[in-house]
Amino acid sequence: MYEYAVSAGTQRGITISLFVVFVLITLGLTIWASRQTRTATDFYAGGRSFTGFQNGMAIGGDYMSAASFLGIAGIIALNGYDGFLYSIGFLVAWLVALLLVAELLRNSGKYTMADVLAFRMRQPPVRTAAAVSTVTVSIFYLLAQMVGAGALVALLLGIAPGSTFLGMDANTAKVATIILIGALMIIYVTVGGMKGTTYVQIVKAFMLMIGAAIMTVLVLWHYKFNLSSLLGDAAAQSGRGAEFLEPGLVYGREVADNAQQTFYNKVDLLSLGIALVLGTAGLPHILIRFYTVPTARMARRSVLWAIGIIGTFYLFTLALGFGAAALVGGEAIRTQNPGGNTAAPQLANALGVMFFGGELGGVTFLAVIAAVAFATILAVVAGLTLASSSSLAHDFYANVVRRGEATERQEVRVARVSALVIGAVSIVLGVLAKDLNVAFLVALAFAVAASGNLPAILYSLFWKRFNTTGAVWAIYGGLISAVALVFFSPVVSGSATAMFKNQDWAWFPLQNPGIISIPVGFLCGWLGTLLSKESNPAKYAELEVRSLTGVGAH
Amino acid sequence: MTTETTRGAPDQAAYTAVQGSADFALLRRTLRGFIFPMTAAFFAWYALYVVLSAYARNFMGTKVVGNINVALIFGLLQFVTTFLIAWLYARFASRKLDPVADSIRERMERGEA
Repeated sequence: MYEYAVSAGTQRGITISLFVVFVLITLGLTIWASRQTRTATDFYAGGRSFTGFQNGMAIGGDYMSAASFLGIAGIIALNGYDGFLYSIGFLVAWLVALLLVAELLRNSGKYTMADVLAFRMRQPPVRTAAAVSTVTVSIFYLLAQMVGAGALVALLLGIAPGSTFLGMDANTAKVATIILIGALMIIYVTVGGMKGTTYVQIVKAFMLMIGAAIMTVLVLWHYKFNLSSLLGDAAAQSGRGAEFLEPGLVYGREVADNAQQTFYNKVDLLSLGIALVLGTAGLPHILIRFYTVPTARMARRSVLWAIGIIGTFYLFTLALGFGAAALVGGEAIRTQNPGGNTAAPQLANALGVMFFGGELGGVTFLAVIAAVAFATILAVVAGLTLASSSSLAHDFYANVVRRGEATERQEVRVARVSALVIGAVSIVLGVLAKDLNVAFLVALAFAVAASGNLPAILYSLFWKRFNTTGAVWAIYGGLISAVALVFFSPVVSGSATAMFKNQDWAWFPLQNPGIISIPVGFLCGWLGTLLSKESNPAKYAELEVRSLTGVGAH
Repeated sequence: MTTETTRGAPDQAAYTAVQGSADFALLRRTLRGFIFPMTAAFFAWYALYVVLSAYARNFMGTKVVGNINVALIFGLLQFVTTFLIAWLYARFASRKLDPVADSIRERMERGEA
């Protein structure tokens, strides 16, 4: 157990200085990027000027959220093997993006997901649906990140209950963090557009990979690169015994004498697994990243880099999680944060003490990793804000409200205003939800993306008969079924860990809606298509030829 | 707005003609012949992993070497197959897809659809 109180001042000072350095560097890059942002293509797609490697890094920076870094390491540290299930789903998901979506989308679209969905459809209904879905998914994800940042600040800055920092108690610091993160993401997006946001994500990915790599090497070094003895120590120190190394402590838990709950838990695990693997290729903030490179071949290369970077990172988190269990111990982690979110920073502290000369080394390394965690959150929320403001401006304003008559300048101005509004709304929602358990919103964002967006994208690209009604039904069908099922599930009400603990309107037994809502989305898209006579073979010919060959690509 | 293409891009009739052409049919067949079976394969392989994690706990908990059990090896194999499929696709695409796509695109851009 490491004493935060003793060295909280030093650690805080280093964390804040490093974070300020990160913010200054990224703000500098953002301002520099703003000078080169003139056209709509610059704002939405970074001028399509990034290389495959740069975009691969940025995708990593966009994708590896605090939930992956702190959350997965924490789940592994406390519950062992089950945390690994999450990372596997998050990684395998990239094959859907690589094989089915990235290149075809890059070839046929321009700025947003809806460019492809609405390609051969009636614009207003499809673009409206896509904008609704994009904003919903992004806001869910944003809220989870912002509330998560608020919850972490007291821990990462070592503000103990009852003590204050700059006159703020832990609760005020939470609110201040949410406002600060919100304000910074608004600046990155409105000033720097896609270019600024991309640089923020690249810098963050770089910091995160280096930080995680150093910690991994130190953990493995300590165990003389013997994985088995690391695992043995982790299981012993976790307080969970041999089960720690097997699936089943969190997901698909077997409840003694309750066959029904056991059944639901196992189906829930399958449901989560499906949503994770199908969600990624439907996340709007990921999809728009494919437009930042000049060609489909570069989009392919960016996904290949992303798979390499993200896969390596998840292997690191495996070492971090088991390392934290072994070197910090389950008891000490749980005392600090029952969810395990501080396992990675606590491990940094332990490693610093072991390798970098005792107390001061521990505090310094902890501070560095805490600053990396804040940088991580910032890069992710900026990407989400950009995705939703792009969709509001390009899909809803330019193509629905103005029916394609808006000029580029007007469109970009609306995009900037939208970023401001989305940012302000998420700050307000974040502050309101700051004490609620909203971690489920990340899984929900994946479920909505897999249930509504992915069916619409796949049908658009591969099914000739697909039409406006089908697209609209797929998006709303998947979106509404996923959100409604979660609303009536134990994560929102009627359980000890629910968002609203004291009320109970739950009737849907699973925490993850994917196993129902994903088939519903695909089915709605199919049924809607068949119920409408609309069909446009000529436009499908254009979409198909363009998506496969890159003719006329923007 | 979204359908506006770059200057000198082919017209609608050209797209329909190309879509019906033999080399485009080959490109589509080659692409789909790789991505659809491969998607089915990795999805089934991943689903097997998730199902075993849920329903075959004893098997997954079997120790292989020291504290390293089947579950961990199975999980790491998912990483290996993901990297492998990504590499196979990249190789396949640059050998079999890109040359055909390039020749169709160049022909269309010259206006010889």
